[in-house]
Amino acid sequence: MPLFWLIGIVALMAAAGYVLGRGRAVSGVDGDRRRLHSLPSYYGMNVTLKVAVPALTLMIVWLIAQPIFVEMRVTGMIDGAAISDSRNADLVMSDVRRLAFGLDRAIDQGVLTSSEAAQLQVDPGAIRSTLGQAGVALGSEVTEQVLRAAQQYRLLATRGAWAMSVAVLLLAGGGFLLAMRQTDAEFRARNVVERAVHLILISAACIAILTTLGIVLSLVFNTVEFFRIYPASEFFLSTTWRPSFGGGSQLGILPLIWGTLYISLIALIVAVPIGLFAAIYLAEYASKEVRGIAKPALEILAGIPTIVYGLFALLTVGPLLMRIFGDGGLGWMQASTAVMTAGLVMGIMLIPFVSSLSDDVINAVPQSMRDGSYGLGATQSETIRQVILPAALPGIVGAVLLAASRAIGETMIVVLGAGAAARISGNPFESMTTVTAKIVSQLTGDADFGSPEALVAFALGMTLFVLTLGLNVFALYIVRTYREQYE
Amino acid sequence: MTDATQAGSMVPAKSIISVDDRTKKRHAAEKRFQAYGIAAIATGVFFLIFLLGSILFNGVTAFQQTFIQVPIYLNPMTLDPEGNRDPAEMAKVSTFGYAPILENSMASMIEAQGIETDVEPDGLDALFSSSAAAQLRNRVLSNPDLLGQTIDFNILATSRVDGYFKGRVSRESIARDRSIDAEHLDIVDALREEGSVVKRFNLAFITGSDASESRPEQAGMGVAMMGSLYMMLVVLGLSLPIGVFASIYLEEFAPKNRLTDIIEVNISNLAAVPSIVFGILGLAVFIQFMEFPQSAPLVGGLVLTLMTLPTIIIATRAALQSVPPSIRDAALGVGASKMQSVFHHVLPLAMPGILTGTIIGLAQALGETAPLLLIGMVGYVATNYPDGIASGFMDPNSAMPAQIYEWAKRADPAYYERAWGGIIILLVFLFAMNAIAILLRRKFERRW
Repeated sequence: MPLFWLIGIVALMAAAGYVLGRGRAVSGVDGDRRRLHSLPSYYGMNVTLKVAVPALTLMIVWLIAQPIFVEMRVTGMIDGAAISDSRNADLVMSDVRRLAFGLDRAIDQGVLTSSEAAQLQVDPGAIRSTLGQAGVALGSEVTEQVLRAAQQYRLLATRGAWAMSVAVLLLAGGGFLLAMRQTDAEFRARNVVERAVHLILISAACIAILTTLGIVLSLVFNTVEFFRIYPASEFFLSTTWRPSFGGGSQLGILPLIWGTLYISLIALIVAVPIGLFAAIYLAEYASKEVRGIAKPALEILAGIPTIVYGLFALLTVGPLLMRIFGDGGLGWMQASTAVMTAGLVMGIMLIPFVSSLSDDVINAVPQSMRDGSYGLGATQSETIRQVILPAALPGIVGAVLLAASRAIGETMIVVLGAGAAARISGNPFESMTTVTAKIVSQLTGDADFGSPEALVAFALGMTLFVLTLGLNVFALYIVRTYREQYE
Repeated sequence: MTDATQAGSMVPAKSIISVDDRTKKRHAAEKRFQAYGIAAIATGVFFLIFLLGSILFNGVTAFQQTFIQVPIYLNPMTLDPEGNRDPAEMAKVSTFGYAPILENSMASMIEAQGIETDVEPDGLDALFSSSAAAQLRNRVLSNPDLLGQTIDFNILATSRVDGYFKGRVSRESIARDRSIDAEHLDIVDALREEGSVVKRFNLAFITGSDASESRPEQAGMGVAMMGSLYMMLVVLGLSLPIGVFASIYLEEFAPKNRLTDIIEVNISNLAAVPSIVFGILGLAVFIQFMEFPQSAPLVGGLVLTLMTLPTIIIATRAALQSVPPSIRDAALGVGASKMQSVFHHVLPLAMPGILTGTIIGLAQALGETAPLLLIGMVGYVATNYPDGIASGFMDPNSAMPAQIYEWAKRADPAYYERAWGGIIILLVFLFAMNAIAILLRRKFERRW
């Protein structure tokens, strides 16, 4: 793996640079360290940074840019002839990539030599069987153009990899020489190193911005793409969700939104009273021992991964509800996956979320308000209901809104527990589906990313992102605006 | 005496000694209110116990597997026709050559034990897993000297037989099952009386690889665990330095300006973005745009890194904040630069808090499933261990939660048991990680 070797070589050079730079600085003053401007290790660090940082940055940029560049060059080779009515450019390109990958595999396994691969003639059967030996199955027929494009693809990719190795090593070497030349007693190594570290710190902090930018861009681009081939009004206003990968899908978001909100509502109906009362009891009544046991116990519920809740819904709660409300019992329920199943389990998941946030808020109400209320003769519960809860209300509402945003964005429980039918109905024992569940089902199929059936997932993701972000901002707004400032 | 009785009858309507109706009501309301609180906590704890109980109840059986002990005579004539005991030559006999040996050995054992049955020898393959022949073949190929001997071999029983022993499969439930008959179960019952069918600890479930849909008895978590391990290495290697550097900048160096505000708001918003959205980001940026391979632990690790960053940043900032300013002042006072005061003094003191936050963030990332669905780590049947470090990062693999999801979706109920068992393994890891975090906090936490 040349990439690993490349990183290894650069790392080695950086480590060697530290030792050499430090040594050069010390020997430059004949071992009298007091004559150096900075501590010796800063001279070493200066070399290390100048070797590693530019070289590795170049490598990362190159790795990202090269496929895009190669893709552009190769796409230019495919003209209109290969792109017939049923096959668009993306599909042909994926053929090219597949073939190029297959040739690579074949060379790795020794079925072909690289010169054979470069001079391969167009003989579809032969290529297919050769690659079959290497364990690569080809999809469609190999045409002359695709083969040429694939060979060009490989050529460019190999050349690119070589050019990158050379450029990275040259840059690392250049940095090494530069830093070594700089090293003498007068050189302000500490200041240089600290400025570099400062820049590294800033760029680390900017990763958060990059992540948000990445999320927003990847959602926006694909959503715009989706609305170009599918009318936005249909998407937002239609009440039917019927994707068919053959075309002619009806992709209305309303049933999904309905399912999402219904399940979240049930989850909140379960979680809010339990969580709130638990928080009140823990904050106001519980002795230290009870609190020491009950609070961590509830918080275990928050640490359990959602896949566990999903399985719990699918295999335990669903069948249990089925026994009570299903055909054997009340006869309201047809299948064990239903809004009720998912909502109930999601509610359990949210209990610690509501309880620990409310607990904090209730604890933040100053003791003087309680004492004042007791002094007027109120019982403890009257104090809680008429003094503490009103004072803590904005925080509690904020906690509930955050819990709602969690519920809306929750995926695994609804994928496993809620069923797959998109419908608008009031019956909580019917199966419905949610935005998140459909994102999963639309993107895990074999659809190509150009089709509306796959792109719709990005529009759904965008809706979800906006919805949860809006709820969070709203929660913050409520907490900030209505919070009572004590003391 | 009469005074006393008189005094009793002279109790006024209102007194501070006796409780009036209104106060009674208020006290009752107080009691009720407390009872609601206790009930709420009890419900929460009940749910917790119910959840953990059903995980244990359903999952523990996955750690036991049924085997049938059969003496097998390894005939050199059929298994090594050349007679050279050369594994390369013997490899020509495929697993199909070994299956009849198993069937016939079992048939003769049944005869020897005097069990009467109508099942023909070639119908006995319903009792053992289709991978049993391959296991026998591997054992023979690794030790050719066994040829000509009679060995006691533990044949892996099918999931039906296994389920029959664990109570999952009953005679009623196999009525419509074409792969096994009631007569087979009669044999199993008789063999059990003879002690030839045993349940043993199932190491293969922990170390083994995933199996195809029809062989739940062979499926294991091992390869998925490796996938998770490589993913966690990526997460640890990236999110710890990036998170710590970002927090140091925001906490110690950042001037109060626009950029800092934007970063702060961004981080708190990222913490609330649904995990599936990170999956969409991974799919669009890493797989579509940068063309990283699908299902690779590297991509999974990158996505989970972005997801864990806010957690680690928030924990690290809290840890940095808790180091008192006097430490910084003292360092500056003896001539350290700002950078030196942070890296030489503040950071080491904040390290226990940072590590605790990192471990908790890693535990969250380990259990996260939704983003992995989108980058293709589900649906990939992880059957091979990666053969090197590079392939461990780049080759398609599964991960523990993705493997559990995969099993939960398969039609055979035998896989549900595996999924529960997988959850036990996952939770053991999570509890261990959280326990380490708590211990770290207890041991190194400093109150200033």
